[in-house]
Amino acid sequence: MSTDTEKLLWMYTNMLKIRRFEEKVGEFFAAGKIPGFVHLYIGEEAVATGVCAHLRKDDYITSTHRGHGHLISKGGDLKLMMAELFGKRTGYCKGKGGSMHIADVDLGILGANGIVGGGPPIATGAALAAKYRGTDGVAVCFLGDGASNQGTFHEGVNLASIWKLPAIFVVENNMYGISLPQTRSMRVQDIADRAAAYDIPGFVVDGNDVIAVYEAAGEAIQRARAGEGPALIECKTYRYRGHFEGDPMVYRTREEEEMWRAKDPISRFETKLMEMGVLNEAQAREINERILAQVEEAVRFAEESPWPAPEEVLEDVYTV
Amino acid sequence: MRTLTFAQALNEALKQEMRRDPTIYVAGEDVGVYGGIFGVTAGLLQEFGEDRVRDTPITESAIIGSAVGAAAAGLRPVVELMFIDFIGVALDQLYNQAAKMKYMFGGKARLPIVMRTTCGAGMCAAAQHSQSLEAWMMHIPGLKVVVPSTPYDAKGLLITAIRDDNPVVFIEHKMLYGIEGEVPEEPYTIPFGQADVKREGTDVTVVATMAMAHKALTAAEELAKDGISVEVVDPRTLTPLDVETIVNSVKKTHRLVVVHEAVKHGGAGGEIVASVVEEALDYLDAPPKRVAAPFTPVPFSPVLEQVFIPSVEKIVAAVKEVVT
Repeated sequence: MSTDTEKLLWMYTNMLKIRRFEEKVGEFFAAGKIPGFVHLYIGEEAVATGVCAHLRKDDYITSTHRGHGHLISKGGDLKLMMAELFGKRTGYCKGKGGSMHIADVDLGILGANGIVGGGPPIATGAALAAKYRGTDGVAVCFLGDGASNQGTFHEGVNLASIWKLPAIFVVENNMYGISLPQTRSMRVQDIADRAAAYDIPGFVVDGNDVIAVYEAAGEAIQRARAGEGPALIECKTYRYRGHFEGDPMVYRTREEEEMWRAKDPISRFETKLMEMGVLNEAQAREINERILAQVEEAVRFAEESPWPAPEEVLEDVYTV
Repeated sequence: MRTLTFAQALNEALKQEMRRDPTIYVAGEDVGVYGGIFGVTAGLLQEFGEDRVRDTPITESAIIGSAVGAAAAGLRPVVELMFIDFIGVALDQLYNQAAKMKYMFGGKARLPIVMRTTCGAGMCAAAQHSQSLEAWMMHIPGLKVVVPSTPYDAKGLLITAIRDDNPVVFIEHKMLYGIEGEVPEEPYTIPFGQADVKREGTDVTVVATMAMAHKALTAAEELAKDGISVEVVDPRTLTPLDVETIVNSVKKTHRLVVVHEAVKHGGAGGEIVASVVEEALDYLDAPPKRVAAPFTPVPFSPVLEQVFIPSVEKIVAAVKEVVT
């Protein structure tokens, strides 16, 4: 492994940041302080982390309804995120978007998305803009196994393929579209096989191994920057929580959940880093405490922030 | 002044704007080599090249969706949806993504997108290539809806649409492409939300859009022979809608007829009549009337299609009803 220490520690820290943030969100949702629908990224942290480790500020991503991990990995501010989840005016979207629509266009984050499959054509367009301008920027489209059955996935990938755009489609295959298992939503075992239909490379990756994700994403992104067109990366992973908070999870077994928890992306990576001598117990504790403090600060910011003023409902529909 | 056809006026607007701003690109089905199925993008590929004039596969979701991504990333896409009837396979990218993105993001997105499309019956193109779906579009906050009727308006409104920082649905009635009218050579803009009084009159206000504006003018000529003075108001944009000009006209004439080719039920006419009733009920001397298509799909046979499309005779009859 040639990845430098700084990058390895960033990935470790980032995964932990997502985990702690999401745990806190789950807690506050249960306490009734976060309204609406919340889809947590716990268990899938290695995917966003391993991919975004390669991205620059001028690269674009499109995200999903399960988007908090993508935002954090692309540099999203925890305070603005938490405030948005609380529906406060200081949030990323002034309280108009919520969990499913958090965005930071300045960071190249073109939004979480409430529509499964909403993202692929948009990512293709952002990749078109990068190519049109003659930059080596890329656009990464995060999507789920469920979205890969939508027509927009086909249309977005096909257009990116024929125009050889710098778009990378990252399928987070967590095996379920709400309750429907992958085995009942498609015949193929590997969604990456679908890449063949567009004559682009397809990678199958252990999505709970951040280094495996990092390496596959690195290859795909490097190709895209070099003008060699799109790629499809399938990361096999698992969400520990339900589809949304409150999901009774009657469609899967506790045994299956335990099996995946044994492959936890963070503890696996932590062990590895300790074996490599990149991380020790004291450092791990210090990182964890620092993150907990950041998350607490985000919560405090959200709680102390004002609600939007009623008249703000009318603002931001059009650019004047 | 020299005259151009409606299609030529649009073509000139595209060329002039593309020369001015290199971030504008055109994409859609058959917009390049073919020059657009109705010829509106003719010559663009030759002048601006493949990067800026992009033939797409038959992939409406990706045509509109890629425009959303490209616009959010700083370009100014002008995409063509060959027939508005095709919006069904791509609607999510328009109404959930393009239209809502700015609001959902708390104002921090700019989406300068023009979706040009065609509407309307008259070519025996039947139920899936002849609809007028502008009312769908005007029901969605975040979109602007443009419905030009003349070559002059078409050019000025398209330039305004391209310079607008919001998603604009620009609807071209396919039976208007060949009509001619005076069009200045230089680029010019027509502000959105500014209706045009196409003919002044004193007895009745007829509000009409696109092809129906022309029929309303023909009806006005005929009615003048009977001593009825008709004022024809063309809103030109449905979102924003210039209620003020319409209401002011009604305050003068005290009578209102609204004409559109879309089906009457749930159509733009309902919104226009309601706005007038809300703001100027006391000025009305007769109940307002709507002249519109029946609540059916567009039929194929020329005989049936002509029954479907509101006629000059129907407009004349409606006006006579409200003035007597």
